Amino acid sequence: MADVNRGNRPLSPHLTIYKPQLTSVTSIFTRITGNALIVAALLTVWWFLAAATSAEYFAVVDGLVTSVLGDIVMTLSLWALWYHALAGLRHLYWDNTGRGLEVDFAEKLGLAVIGGSLVLTILTLLVI
Amino acid sequence: MAYLTDRKRAEGLGSAKEGTHHHWAMQVSSVGLLLLVPLFVFTFGPMLGQPHAEVVAYFARPFPAVVAGLTLAVGFMHFKNGVQVLIEDYVHGVARKGLIVAMICLSYAAAATGLFAIARIAL
Repeated sequence: MADVNRGNRPLSPHLTIYKPQLTSVTSIFTRITGNALIVAALLTVWWFLAAATSAEYFAVVDGLVTSVLGDIVMTLSLWALWYHALAGLRHLYWDNTGRGLEVDFAEKLGLAVIGGSLVLTILTLLVI
Repeated sequence: MAYLTDRKRAEGLGSAKEGTHHHWAMQVSSVGLLLLVPLFVFTFGPMLGQPHAEVVAYFARPFPAVVAGLTLAVGFMHFKNGVQVLIEDYVHGVARKGLIVAMICLSYAAAATGLFAIARIAL
């Protein structure tokens, strides 16, 4: 044990020099989208509170949420919501079946999550 | 520290034995949200930008009100658990505990406010 290298060991995975891959990028975006949704969630609560308070207060908050900036935030959040939902579905599949973890299939699932979230976002915007 | 035995130093640093429940809670709430989120998006979405009277009349109906209430309640509990993992990965020391407590408070406060507002509209 005396000559064991205790200081200069390789670190893994070294994220700053690690090449981004579809699997790692779709994973980190699951975390980013999920946590960023707090913004839209709090806006939604504020919108309901305003609706419950008075017509004047509602006009202010609803005007803010449907302004250009509000539209950008809510549209990005809608995509984040669909992305996080599909990525969550992928996790439920992985965690509960133990299948689909082969690299090529996991990458296909990643593409499905990205493509599916974009399609669902556009469909939602068309319907609403 | 020099007087502590190796065992004493290691005690209390192991698992808190709550990870399994945390994972289970995330799974249950995620399945719930997979059902609730589409329902909420297509009931709440069209109401954005509508006149106040119409919004109040719409959320006075049982289905939109229950879907909205459930989505906010389950959603904020899912956020509470999810953001805890985020904080545990990137924040250390006292700030970690403080932030987790703050996010738990925020989650319950937002859920309670949302439920209060929906109840007031619906009743």
